[in-house]
Amino acid sequence: MSRRFQVLLITFSLAFTGFFIVWYKVGVLGIPFLPHEKRSVYKIGAEISFEGKNKPVLVSMALPEPQEGIQILSEDVASSGFGYTEAQTETGKRAEWSKRNVVGPQILYYSIEVFMEPGEYKPKLPLLPYEQKVETLSDLPDTLRNTAKNLLDDVRLRSADIHSFAAQLINDFNAKEPSQAVKILLAQGGENKFEIISRLLRYRKILVRKIHGLYLESERRNIALTPMLEVYDGKKWQLYDLKKGKVTRDKNFFIWQHGGDSVIEVTGATKSHISFSLNERQVPVEYLLEKQELIKKAAILDFSLFSLPVSEQNAYRHILLVPFGALVVVLLRIIGGLRTSGTFMPVLIALAFMETTLFAGLIMFILIVGTGLVIRSYLSSLNLLLVARISAVMIVVIMIMSFMSILSFKLGIKEVLTVTFFPMIILAWTIERMSILWEEEGAKEVFIQGGGSLIVAVFAYFAMTYPFVSHIAFNFPELLLVVLAVIIMLGRYSGYRISELIRFRSMVD
Amino acid sequence: MFANPFKLKKLGILGMNKRNIHYIGAQNDRKYYPLVDNKLKTKVVAQNAGISVPKLLVTIEHQSQLRNLKDMLASLDKFVLKPAQGSGGKGILVIIKREGDEFIKANGQRLQLRDIQRDISNILSGLYSLGGKPDVAMIETLVEFDPIFERYSYEGVPDIRVIVYKGFPTMAMLRCSTSESDGKANLHQGAVGVGIDMKSGKSLFSVQHGMPVTHHPDTKYDFSELEIPYWEKILTLAASCYEVTHLGYLGVDIVLDKNLGPLILELNARPGLAIQIANRTGAVKRYDVIDKQPANLSVTQRVKFSMNHFGMQ
Repeated sequence: MSRRFQVLLITFSLAFTGFFIVWYKVGVLGIPFLPHEKRSVYKIGAEISFEGKNKPVLVSMALPEPQEGIQILSEDVASSGFGYTEAQTETGKRAEWSKRNVVGPQILYYSIEVFMEPGEYKPKLPLLPYEQKVETLSDLPDTLRNTAKNLLDDVRLRSADIHSFAAQLINDFNAKEPSQAVKILLAQGGENKFEIISRLLRYRKILVRKIHGLYLESERRNIALTPMLEVYDGKKWQLYDLKKGKVTRDKNFFIWQHGGDSVIEVTGATKSHISFSLNERQVPVEYLLEKQELIKKAAILDFSLFSLPVSEQNAYRHILLVPFGALVVVLLRIIGGLRTSGTFMPVLIALAFMETTLFAGLIMFILIVGTGLVIRSYLSSLNLLLVARISAVMIVVIMIMSFMSILSFKLGIKEVLTVTFFPMIILAWTIERMSILWEEEGAKEVFIQGGGSLIVAVFAYFAMTYPFVSHIAFNFPELLLVVLAVIIMLGRYSGYRISELIRFRSMVD
Repeated sequence: MFANPFKLKKLGILGMNKRNIHYIGAQNDRKYYPLVDNKLKTKVVAQNAGISVPKLLVTIEHQSQLRNLKDMLASLDKFVLKPAQGSGGKGILVIIKREGDEFIKANGQRLQLRDIQRDISNILSGLYSLGGKPDVAMIETLVEFDPIFERYSYEGVPDIRVIVYKGFPTMAMLRCSTSESDGKANLHQGAVGVGIDMKSGKSLFSVQHGMPVTHHPDTKYDFSELEIPYWEKILTLAASCYEVTHLGYLGVDIVLDKNLGPLILELNARPGLAIQIANRTGAVKRYDVIDKQPANLSVTQRVKFSMNHFGMQ
């Protein structure tokens, strides 16, 4: 088989396979290829880690329940080797994992997909408050009793009902210059602000409970739950953010747990830790409705990136864009004939631009590389060996980056803080290469290659941030086969580069 | 602004992509690259095959040898120091005479022994080699270039680049250094490329920065009067490199020594495309003719073929 035929065969079969899977997903399974009417689906992943000590382990985690304005789409548990049950306790549903003889570090995953659906879900009303233990001021030590009583009386004068009472009390604790009473309670109460406020409310016979939840917003990893207070006024529960005072039920606040129990309880193991990650994806409404059906009948969807834990899914959102960046590099270099400094440096720079925004990113890149070149030109006169020189340049890059961050933070330019997203090893090599180029070929070549790299980076940035590209990259990862086919085909392109049409123009005249 | 790509194709102009896939990729087996990328290896192999090269005087492989450098250079008045794996003329030091303890460079600059020691130390630590690999420094005889070239070169050695395809010399150009190119014979640094007729060794066209010129920008001599002596010998020397290197697509750099005649200076497995502009001819046409020739011709037959078929005057 000739090489040409092999290349054709490979590219054809790759592209065919890719397009076939896309056709199957779009045509048969009904997944829309173009993003149209959409709803945000949030996948919240909980990751519980602990270390087994060769003893039976029982892990119990609070589970969220349907709530006003937010629907639960699906739940998923990954816990190999552990028994799993769900239990209903008086403070709510809990997930329970159990296993005998657990050794070494373990990780349990639980994930839940929710989406906002205002008006459609009516919570089972009334949400009856559970029996609250009666507490009175006399539970407090003598020294604090009067202080607390005075504070409560004072707040009572300033309030009209239960809600304004709670809001005023929280405000007192949040004041920039807290009153003497608040200071004493905080200093001597032996509890944190949260505990003291709820205790004070209970003294007033106000039903109060602690809840944990998270804001459904952009993708985040490794986040902790936000604690909040809920106060019952006889008809409904009202949410209070301890930092802000009263909150009118934030639409995007998802309550994970009600009640006083802790979010996780681990018995029989050490170093237990829970962290949450959040992942947003746009899903067409019709897909939402049929999702459960679809997964049952199509193994191809069950074997997709959506089956991964949420934090890994977020990583793949970025990784899957890189091939499109590479495609831009291949196009601009093989067809365009642009010269860049380092083959994939532009893609990495473009990835950094995605975090820093284009304009700020360009300015920071030029500043870092420019300053680096000046310092490198001095290092060059010291005649250092290569490895030492690169390391020195890298350290200088880190210093420039931290200096830029500190200076701009003081000046109030927040964008510059994202400078940390630049890959510093790549920057150090870029500076080194440009500096050698400057010495050997002159400044002109530096501007040609530096400019070429930036042009490619900007094009790659636009390709990778284009919403359609990020949509198909994640929802149709099989298109990677098509990208691969195109790149293999371009690898056999033996025609002229656009730059050569300029270079050889004198020969046609 | 842009040339019509179909016109370029019709003229048989070789582009970078086609060069990489159909010529370098298809003709040059990667395992033979080290032979041409390392000038020391090239020299040894060439000498064994009876091909003339500038004589190797000293090789320095270890930093410790630098202590004896004074003794090693004792009998040498003029010499060239170069890294075995350097590229693009980097790290080459040309000493034309000595005055007392001082070494005089081609541009008149004076160097002490310790300057040369530092240069060699840089070479050994890989400053000029690809990827910073540790390298070997070689000292060879200074080519006393033929006075015929004095008029066409500014502070540098003019060399003749011959493209050898499947053992056939295909295209040639003289590369003349200028003040702009800082004595280097690289076209993209501003050296002048003069296309040479394959049949006669006479000049065809001259280009600097891709634009036609008629006179050397520094010495002001007219290139049209240029005729390279020993032309057939030069082509034979270039063609014979095919058997030695097994590379089907090769750039051979040749210098003319006043006393020794043509010598191979360097080989290049990835020769550039500018030679086409200096010859105002597309290379692909000639390669296509060669592709139709039998593979087992001798060096003399191949040179004869090229001279008869690729002449332009």
